[in-house]
Amino acid sequence: MNVLDIIGPVMIGPSSSHTAGACRIGYISRSLLAQEPLEALIDLTGSFAKTYRGHGTDRAIVAGILGMQPDDPRLPNSLEIAREQGLRYQFRTVAMPRVHPNTAVIRLTGQDGTSVEIEAASIGGGNVLVTRLNGMESAFAGQCDTLIIPHRDTPGVIATVSQILSFSGANIGNFKLTRPAKGRLAMMTIELDSAVPQETIHALRALPNVENVVYLHANPEENGHA
Amino acid sequence: MPDYTSIEELVTLAQKQQISLGKLVLADQSAQLEITQEALLHTIDQRLTVMEEAARNGLREDIRSTSGLTGGDGWRMYTYEQNALSGPFCAKAVAIALAVAEHNAAMGRIVASPTAGSCGILPGAILPMMALHGVSRQDACLALLCAGGIGLVIAQKATISGAEGGCQAECGAAAAMASAALVELCGGSPRQCAHAVAIALKNQLGLVCDPVAGLVEVPCIKRNAGGVMCAITAADMALAGIQSVIPADEVVQAMGEVGASLPCSLRETAQGGLAATPTGLRLAEQIFGTR
Repeated sequence: MNVLDIIGPVMIGPSSSHTAGACRIGYISRSLLAQEPLEALIDLTGSFAKTYRGHGTDRAIVAGILGMQPDDPRLPNSLEIAREQGLRYQFRTVAMPRVHPNTAVIRLTGQDGTSVEIEAASIGGGNVLVTRLNGMESAFAGQCDTLIIPHRDTPGVIATVSQILSFSGANIGNFKLTRPAKGRLAMMTIELDSAVPQETIHALRALPNVENVVYLHANPEENGHA
Repeated sequence: MPDYTSIEELVTLAQKQQISLGKLVLADQSAQLEITQEALLHTIDQRLTVMEEAARNGLREDIRSTSGLTGGDGWRMYTYEQNALSGPFCAKAVAIALAVAEHNAAMGRIVASPTAGSCGILPGAILPMMALHGVSRQDACLALLCAGGIGLVIAQKATISGAEGGCQAECGAAAAMASAALVELCGGSPRQCAHAVAIALKNQLGLVCDPVAGLVEVPCIKRNAGGVMCAITAADMALAGIQSVIPADEVVQAMGEVGASLPCSLRETAQGGLAATPTGLRLAEQIFGTR
């Protein structure tokens, strides 16, 4: 934490958790889709579901899906902008037991039919935590560069991935493995202290047993001097 | 290098180097962020501009919040300024605090300082100093850094989250930060800043977070006005040479402990206090159609 977290961030009101954090969740879902979204289905639960209209949580999430940051002055008009740009969105309020009270589930579909689904919570002060990704348990905040690597659960995959990352000079700040069943599809979530070059991502994608590599760049605003 | 776990440490370091708290925080935080002092001042200057825009946009008669519950009180205070019992400076401070908080409730762009719910208090203190007392932008930015240093200690040693510590953690922290900024702008010493922080926070101790319908509007907007007046009173007392009997760090500690012992219903859950009054419940039903 530094002085710019206290005299800041700059954000569209009224609530750091219900507006700024909600926008960030939308932004992360778009980054994970990595293309222009055509359709968004958004489930809100808990306090999000109860108060979203008064806090503009719906506009904040759609703004994030459209690629806006929490301080974007267009955020309050995001629903109109979405209609102009041809993004179809639908909000539902649902009961979700055993999740953080400010939780949203966003399903995005892109132009080529690719889709992504995240469950994320706004945990206070504009900070968020992605708790599920495409049905698999996860845990990342999107504040540092993050790699999400679905892979076949086979011996040596994790070692090879971390070796390639170490050759590129990247330091792993956090590592999480999700493995619903032995030998099946698993997922690595790797938070990095610095950016990694594109050729490293290509090298990781070329590995046997690696299904895909999603590179989520740190939120530019998080660097503290936006 | 201060680690922002003690206000006493900040005061001692500033005294030793014979500089203001704002300059101490500028030198330390630019080093921490690995940017030049000019770059950090430039970023703070941009945030000061956002505060000015928020005050300007909030001071409109027709401003309304998204829920329709609030708006226009900053403008009402602004047009009344010349008749105010508390004098033009205090009246302007209250008008700006209300206006910025109303702009926030209307989905305007603000600087969370330290939070969105308490975003009117620092602009309410700093902008009238520029408008009525000829304070320069450079000095206003240094005063914001001074406030930021105090806020860092409060965040680390207690909390700045209403859900954790009630309104004393948001508007209380903002009032304490603003009082230090005012003392510094009036030429007071780092020691006097610490006394102002202690006095301001003591006067907000125990304040609960009980927003009607869970929205950052009632009573939050008017508590921004109360917070800036508390900051001005504390700064005046400290500048007059009045000392806090309880040292600032111990007041911060007490605030954290009081916050932790508040029942859940009084920590941003909209289940107690003003939110649970007959009018609070009726408004919640009117806005969301549910209780």
